[in-house]
Amino acid sequence: MHIPDGFINAGTSAGAALIAAGGVTVAVKKTSQYMDDKQVPLAGLTAAFVFAVQMLNFPVAAGTSGHLLGGALAAILVGPWAGALCVTVVLIVQAFFADGGVTALGLNILDMGFVTALGGYALFTGLRKVLPRKRSYVVISSGIAAGLSVVLSALVFVIQFNFGGNVDIAPGSVLTAMLGVHALVGIGEGLITAATVGLVLSVRPDLVFGAKDLAVPLELSPRIETAGSVS
Amino acid sequence: MKNASSTRLFVIAGLLLAFVLVLLVSPFANPNPDGLNRVAMDKGFAETETEHGLEDSPLADYAVSGVENEGISKGLSGVAGVVATFALGLGLFGFVKRRRESDPVPVQSRGDRA
Repeated sequence: MHIPDGFINAGTSAGAALIAAGGVTVAVKKTSQYMDDKQVPLAGLTAAFVFAVQMLNFPVAAGTSGHLLGGALAAILVGPWAGALCVTVVLIVQAFFADGGVTALGLNILDMGFVTALGGYALFTGLRKVLPRKRSYVVISSGIAAGLSVVLSALVFVIQFNFGGNVDIAPGSVLTAMLGVHALVGIGEGLITAATVGLVLSVRPDLVFGAKDLAVPLELSPRIETAGSVS
Repeated sequence: MKNASSTRLFVIAGLLLAFVLVLLVSPFANPNPDGLNRVAMDKGFAETETEHGLEDSPLADYAVSGVENEGISKGLSGVAGVVATFALGLGLFGFVKRRRESDPVPVQSRGDRA
């Protein structure tokens, strides 16, 4: 899903870089409202884990592979804005692996980071509202939201391509091809995300940002937590 | 602070899992072009790709330059990537946290922070 240099013209890429920079600024501000000592290494781990799993391409169709984007996963684990920052960090490091273009960095931060983290998290909370408040449904919601976030990301790429694609192709044909392939990639994304969220929920449910409401308060301390201490 | 040491353990276990994935699983990852590259080939815009600005990076294309064995080279590049991503993440989120601490209006004083 990494857009290489050259697919999208310089003007559109520069515009995307500006929007991405604005997005990162907002994300830093939003994340600083709740980030504490304990969450710093967890957010770092989330980014590192997304980097690792992005290397594991799985087959999706004849001669085609897909890999985790990870924005929805990161958002569910550490919060939507912090999740977008996690993917941004991953993309910056990947530039040194020649994966994802340098001038296309802004485009990729938007598609793979902000669209999947914020879009995926919105879908996740929407699903959680209509589904029963149980751990198993958190896992199911995370998988469906993550899968759909890939399709959303593909859609945003097509919009960028329409703005600044360097060749003249009927937009409809790129749209159908992108959505078709990424619906399949989304299945893998959904399975990996659900498995990871399920694993963390089984070990440390209190560390899943998107399921904080389900975490049972620890009984270690005799001190009674005042309501709303976790904002 | 039982909770804090358990969180540290969680982070260490998570990093170990990431290392295992890049070292032992990534060499067997599917080598085919991904969804976007496939569409680019099928729809005829793959050739608009230009050379990557960091194509000469020692880690370009998930290989450590100088390491012959493909699988080992990829795995080691993954270890470097996991370490770099974790370090950059710690730096960024540490900065984000300090921004909050330097906030003139404390969000909430927490008894369990000390």
